[in-house]
Amino acid sequence: MNAKTKAHVGTLLLAGGFLLFLYGALTIIVDNAIAFSTRTATAATAEPRINESLFAGLTFAGIALMAIGLYLNHSWQTRRVVGRSLTYFFLTLGAVLMIFPFFWMFSSAFKTAQEVATFPPKWLPSRLSFDNFVIAFAKADFARYFLNSIIITASSVFFTGITTILAAFAFSRLKFPGRDLVFTLLLSMMMIPFEMLVITNYETIALWRMIDTLPALVIPFLSSIFYTYILRNFFLSIPDSLYWSARVDGASNWRYLWKVMVPIARPSLVTILLLNAISAWNSFMWPMLIINSPGNRTLPLGLYVFMTDAGINFELLMAASTVVVLPIILLFLFARKQIINGVARGGLKG
Amino acid sequence: MTQNDRMQYRKQKRLQRSAAIWSALEPFAYLLPFMVSIAIFTLYPVFNVVLMSFKEGFRMLTGQYTAIGLGNYTYVINDKYFANALTNTALYVAFVVPISTVLAVVLANLLNRKVRGMALFQTAYFLPMVTSITASGLAWKFMFSRDFGVINQVLSWFGVDKINWLQAPSWNIYALIIYGIWSILPFTIILLLSGLQNIDETYYTAARVDGAKSGRIFFRITVPMLAPTIGLVLTINTISSSKVFNELYPLFNGRPGHSYNLYTVVYYIFDQFYSKSKAGRAAAAALILFLIIFVITMLQQLIQRKWTH
Repeated sequence: MNAKTKAHVGTLLLAGGFLLFLYGALTIIVDNAIAFSTRTATAATAEPRINESLFAGLTFAGIALMAIGLYLNHSWQTRRVVGRSLTYFFLTLGAVLMIFPFFWMFSSAFKTAQEVATFPPKWLPSRLSFDNFVIAFAKADFARYFLNSIIITASSVFFTGITTILAAFAFSRLKFPGRDLVFTLLLSMMMIPFEMLVITNYETIALWRMIDTLPALVIPFLSSIFYTYILRNFFLSIPDSLYWSARVDGASNWRYLWKVMVPIARPSLVTILLLNAISAWNSFMWPMLIINSPGNRTLPLGLYVFMTDAGINFELLMAASTVVVLPIILLFLFARKQIINGVARGGLKG
Repeated sequence: MTQNDRMQYRKQKRLQRSAAIWSALEPFAYLLPFMVSIAIFTLYPVFNVVLMSFKEGFRMLTGQYTAIGLGNYTYVINDKYFANALTNTALYVAFVVPISTVLAVVLANLLNRKVRGMALFQTAYFLPMVTSITASGLAWKFMFSRDFGVINQVLSWFGVDKINWLQAPSWNIYALIIYGIWSILPFTIILLLSGLQNIDETYYTAARVDGAKSGRIFFRITVPMLAPTIGLVLTINTISSSKVFNELYPLFNGRPGHSYNLYTVVYYIFDQFYSKSKAGRAAAAALILFLIIFVITMLQQLIQRKWTH
């Protein structure tokens, strides 16, 4: 066999093997799915209606043919095509596994109580009805929890934003003795876990008689060393000449900060505020310690209490979980790049 | 000099002086809100937790204590629940950190190739990072369910019998580990991805010109160049997974496993401090955790320094 025929045979084997693999694998999957979905709850096992070993054999034969094909024709084009296909295959597989819990959450939120309590589980609801959401909202005051979460997140973003901007400005642009030393010391505090501080902070909040109040959920997190660090680094990259020309024009530091620096630093600022909003929205440990009365619960806490009350009514739990995750998912879809950017800088603490 | 001139001069002098005072004080005005809240909620607690850990029989709010000594430490070290917590946490870290790092290196490499539909892939891979642990944990709880769970369904296709993931004491830590890997993976991928993007493209071009195969490029260029990032990822993930706590709440109804076998160190701290009102013991346990994390971090830095040379 000369090189050219070898390459052609290889290409043919690759294509044929792929089709064979696809045929075998898909037949098995589809048949299993049909068998499982038509199976009644009383029947013990599902009976596949095809000869499974035959199709498994076909699938493996397809893989073997592709391997031989690749061996015969390993020009760079073939290797490129095969490499790309494998990349997409594994990426898709991983993506499906990662997204699956959310798919399961959303689809179960629409199932009936019977559909949730069957084995094998149903993958899709038989009808599209918002009953579970209505029942969940009637059983627990999720509307109130939602409002509380919005209040907490908005005020946390607002106040942390202000303290961060002011402190980052002082640590980057203003001059005072010991500035960089103080900042280095603060940075070393970043490695201390919040779990170590939480006992004392609880005591402080209790001494201030603020247990079971909404402001107590925001006050301990008014300042963040990490966010200040990110913003300070960005402020430092803004050239000095801008500052001096503004000062010569008679602008005060205050005016320069808000009229020049903050607008320039907007991308960094947005990233910080997004990370802050996400962690405020999802925060669970601190609200669990502080909040006792139902009217002050935030969404994650309300969801947890609802779980202990509602037991294993998974269709209601999944509807409530959907309400908790949906706003953040929407936020992520709109601001994906900024969020990923912020996380890449080591952000988003749990 | 007339009277008027003199007054003018004094006024100017006064203005100058107050301007000088203001420019010296101004930085502190900007720092005030930040510093006050950091001092109360970060600096003071750091010192206080150390003091508290030595106060035996410490009562919160009244601040009373019976003695100063090592009593809290000896109690915690000899407590069988703390031993259980340490074992579980160590097991959790030992599974979650290496597995998630290996998976993330592979996936970050795939994501770093120029693929179509990047927005879709990014959304799928990074969503677990931004969503509430309580909510996604509930979805996993349903998936892990022995009788109605989809995980047991998929396993049944391969002839595996139903596993009691959440109730069986021998299985529940694996449920926690699987969930932990899923939830830490996005963050790990993002860090490694940004490490990959910082590798100079010319290394790859040079290697390809020399005719190196892709496997060789991966192990001879990508992995060594990525070593500092991998070190960083290992350190951060070890720290964050040794603080596993929130995950227990949705999976096990707020208990450390249904048969109380799955204490983790942070859960133990909270149990002592919140349910048992033993703040001193909680502080001692928190300091032990911090010490362990500190030593591990230092060791990793040391090993990494040797490894990169």
